[in-house]
Amino acid sequence: MDFVKSALRNRSFMIGAILAAIFVGAALFSFLWTPFDVTKLDIPNKLQDPSAEHWFGTDHFGRDIFSMIMVGARTSIAVAVVAVGIGIILGVPLGLAAAARKDSLLDEIIMRTNDLVFAFPALLIAIMITAVFGPSAINAIIAIGIFNIPVFARLTRGAALSLWTRDFVLSARVAGKNATRISIEHILPNILNLLIVQGSIQFSLGILAEAGLSYVGLGAQPPIPSWGRMLAESQTMISFAPHLAIFPGMAIVLTVLGLNLMGDGLRDLLDPRLRRSRT
Amino acid sequence: MKHLSIKLAMASALAITAGMASAQTMDITIGLQLEPPHLDPTGAAAGAIDSVVYANIFEGLTRFDATGAILPALAKSWTISDDGLVYTFNLQSGVKFHDGTSMDSEDVKFSLDRARSEDSTNAQKALFTGIDTVEAVDATTVRVTLSAPNGAFLFNMAWGDAVIVAPESIDNAKTSPIGTGPFTFTNWVQGDNITITKNADYWGTPARLDSATFKFISDPVAAFAAVMAEDVDAFPGYPAPENLPQFEADSRFQVLVGSTEGETILAINNKMPPFDNVKVREAVAHAIDRQAIIDGAMFGLGTPIGTHFAPHNPDYVDLTSQSNYDPELSKSLLAEAGYPDGFTTTLKLPPPSYARRGGEIIAAQLREVGITVEISNLEWAQWLEQVFRGYDFGLTIVSHTEPMDIGIYARPEYYFQYDSAAFRQLMDDLNAATDPDARSAILKSAQRMIADDYVNGYLFQLASTTVANANIVGLWQNAPTQATDLTAVYWND
Repeated sequence: MDFVKSALRNRSFMIGAILAAIFVGAALFSFLWTPFDVTKLDIPNKLQDPSAEHWFGTDHFGRDIFSMIMVGARTSIAVAVVAVGIGIILGVPLGLAAAARKDSLLDEIIMRTNDLVFAFPALLIAIMITAVFGPSAINAIIAIGIFNIPVFARLTRGAALSLWTRDFVLSARVAGKNATRISIEHILPNILNLLIVQGSIQFSLGILAEAGLSYVGLGAQPPIPSWGRMLAESQTMISFAPHLAIFPGMAIVLTVLGLNLMGDGLRDLLDPRLRRSRT
Repeated sequence: MKHLSIKLAMASALAITAGMASAQTMDITIGLQLEPPHLDPTGAAAGAIDSVVYANIFEGLTRFDATGAILPALAKSWTISDDGLVYTFNLQSGVKFHDGTSMDSEDVKFSLDRARSEDSTNAQKALFTGIDTVEAVDATTVRVTLSAPNGAFLFNMAWGDAVIVAPESIDNAKTSPIGTGPFTFTNWVQGDNITITKNADYWGTPARLDSATFKFISDPVAAFAAVMAEDVDAFPGYPAPENLPQFEADSRFQVLVGSTEGETILAINNKMPPFDNVKVREAVAHAIDRQAIIDGAMFGLGTPIGTHFAPHNPDYVDLTSQSNYDPELSKSLLAEAGYPDGFTTTLKLPPPSYARRGGEIIAAQLREVGITVEISNLEWAQWLEQVFRGYDFGLTIVSHTEPMDIGIYARPEYYFQYDSAAFRQLMDDLNAATDPDARSAILKSAQRMIADDYVNGYLFQLASTTVANANIVGLWQNAPTQATDLTAVYWND
């Protein structure tokens, strides 16, 4: 109950959570219903201004922009969730293993490979991957996912290393538990907070990356709506139909802002040391 | 004298009111979307080369004018033997290449022999295949003998690929082109611009501009900004039709909308099942709503076509009703062909907006009749590799911008792989025919044959769109060939 109370008091967490909830909600709701079918073109009604019928207006093919934002949220969130998932599922065990065998050859191999991947500008390599294997949402997920691995591996290793010297871990070792069991039963639960915070930040970066890849045409392919591609296609029409760019642009900004605020808030809420220092 | 002084007074008065310098503008900056790979028009298919050099730097025996008619160029006149086999060209005398060497019959012989030789890299070798011999009779007379009569020979000689070059300078033509035209090549800043300067020793009517700069702007958004900011004075082939109404409403600009030789087609891989079945191709043709594509992808610019032929050509047959928009008919044709539930295929799209936007619209239209289309957007290099050379596609959209290019249907290895002996016979008959009526009749039956076979989905004739400063006179409205002919362009200020 304490957690809920302090969460409600944390303004940036609440604003962020509400924004994120709106877009996740819109994405989920779009499976059930959208105001218009986003795969159906209605060219006679193209480039209409926002109205009671089309809340956000229509695009250059007469599609309803509000519906496209809803379905586009699905694309963005799906790509980001799976990409962050790849990062956690592969990165965390690698980090745990590296920490458990500190300074061993395994540690070196894992961490130097991490450094190697980390050294490349993520988006550039993502562009290369999609250029080689063809543009698609799946390849965008893989490309963004690969760059989440070292983020989580490093974070996990760093946090785990400090835990390995703590008394409760020592006692577990004395009790005869092996490194794998200690990592799973004692280390992992204690770094979960960190992972959640980092996850929400990586999630917002994933959404940005997906929008960036779609913007250059390497993300989800038409007819699947995507915020980045909506922005790219609106470019030549901004001067006479600004709503084509404003709404997908706002969607990206608000989602990323929401997730970042939520991440900040979560860090304040979940990190006991920070909380203590503030009170 | 009096007239002149009045004119001068008016000009200076105008200049004062406009707050500008009174000297007439003598240079021009032309925006172009594509930068040429090099500058030898006889060595590559890239239309971007001709967009810079045609008529400006290089000239041929004949040339296209703004309407697509054939005019004398380096050949001031010619006679044709009664059997249609021997063309005797009388060349202009006193013509000099830009390096000072003279242009005579030996250069013509060199150019034509080089283009038709076995190791020639000319992209349009078919233009020269009918030539049997080329003789330099005297300095200003060239006799070309054909192996068979060819009614299109003078037309062929007007192409940018058939320009006259000199043996002394051709080796360096890719970086420093030497021609006979009214402009000389000055400088090329790779990735940015090419400058040409007036040729003071030009043999014909001299150019009215002192110099011209071609600036390469591939991004439509940057093109819009460059024209709006008046960084470029004219932009032929303006890439974003959606912006034209804004330019039209702005008194600083003029918008020229005309025709091109670009038949924009939904090309179908005729060898790939299920498209090897004519019923399936017919179904695709009836599933397409051309007007929706013209309105949605080109913002209304473009003329619907029903066959692979330019609508402004007098021999054009309007066959659009044969492949009218009829989704119900399309569905029943698919059922007859054994695909009552449709099928899945690929649609590979090159970068131009007619292809990218048109592709999305066509995908939606095909979905209505049950055909699922997987779109992939490709860059030109990938498109050439996968589609044009690799035959790895179901459908694609591209505009065929060469003039009178229905002959590509006689090449079974051409990327859409239409293989019809009857059509090849027709093209052989066409090449042999010199009588205009007979040629016209053959061209009409050729158009009908490819429409009856539903070889490709015929969409629309690409419009030529030029945005220019309102004071520029002499730009081409239509684009009968790839060219930015600046020979008659001047500023009216």
